[in-house]
Amino acid sequence: MASIWRYANPRKFMETSGWLLPGVSILAALCIATGVIWGFFFTGEDYRQGSTVKIVFLHVPAALMAINAWLMMLVASLIWLIRRHHVSALAAKAAAPVGVTMTLIALITGAVWGQPMWGTWWAWDPRLTSFLILFLFYLGYIALWQAIEDPDTAADLTSVLCLVGSVFALLSRYAVNFWNQGLHQGASLSVVDEGAPMDIAYRLPLYFAMAGFALLFIALLLAGTRTEIRARRMQALLTRERMG
Amino acid sequence: MMPELGPYAAEVGLAYAATGALLAGLIAYVLIRARRVRRALDELESRRGK
Repeated sequence: MASIWRYANPRKFMETSGWLLPGVSILAALCIATGVIWGFFFTGEDYRQGSTVKIVFLHVPAALMAINAWLMMLVASLIWLIRRHHVSALAAKAAAPVGVTMTLIALITGAVWGQPMWGTWWAWDPRLTSFLILFLFYLGYIALWQAIEDPDTAADLTSVLCLVGSVFALLSRYAVNFWNQGLHQGASLSVVDEGAPMDIAYRLPLYFAMAGFALLFIALLLAGTRTEIRARRMQALLTRERMG
Repeated sequence: MMPELGPYAAEVGLAYAATGALLAGLIAYVLIRARRVRRALDELESRRGK
C-alpha cells in the first residue's frame, strides 16, 4: 500500500489535489444545493418551532464543520510538530479561514434561531460560550500566522495554539453532555437515538447539507493549501534572490 | 414557489442571507488569493528563467 506520507511532498500534493479539486467542488455544490433547496422549499413547518426549523439545514452543518475544521488543524499541527512536513503546516493554515467562517455562520444562525425560540439572541450557555471562545481562537490563530515572518516559527507557534484551542473545540461538541444545563439542546442527530426522533423529512436534506458543507471544506482546503504552497515557494525564491 | 414562512420569515430569511453572503465571501477570498499568488509566482519564475 502506498504510504500517505508521499502527499507530504508538495509536488505530489499539487498533482493529486489538481485533479481532485474540480470533482470535489462540483460534488460540494450539488450536495449543498440539494440539501438547502430541499430543506428550504420542500419541508414543512415544525409544530413547535414553526418555519425556524429550516435554519437547521445551515446551523448544524456549519457547527459540525467549525469543530471538525479545528480537529483537522489539530491533526495537521501534530504532524508538523512530530514529522516536520511543511504541507501539513500549510494545510492547517489554509483550513483556518474556512473554519472561522463556519464558526461565524453557526453563531449567527444560532442567534437568529435562538431569538424567537428562547426569547434571546445570546445566553452564556456552555455550548454557546465554548463556541464563542473557539471563534476567538480561530481569530488568534490567523493573527499569529500573519504576525510572524519566519514560516517555520509561525508554524511551530500556531501548532501549539491549535493544541490549546482543541480543548474548546471538544468542549463545544460535548459541553451539553458535561454540564447538562443551558438552553442549547444535545447534538441534533444523537437526539434521534434518545427517543425524540427528527423526522425523516428533515433528516434526509440535513444529511445532504452536512455532506455538502464537508465537501466544501475539503474543496476550499485543497485550494487554500495549493495557494499556500505556491506562496511558500515564492517566499523561498525571493529570499534566494535577495541573498544573491 | 416561495414557502409560507409565517411569523418567522424575517429570521429564516436573515439566516439564509447571512450564510449565503459569508460563504460567497469565503469562496471569493480563496479564489482571489489563489489567482493573485499564482500570477505573482508565474511572474517571478519567468523573470528568474530569463
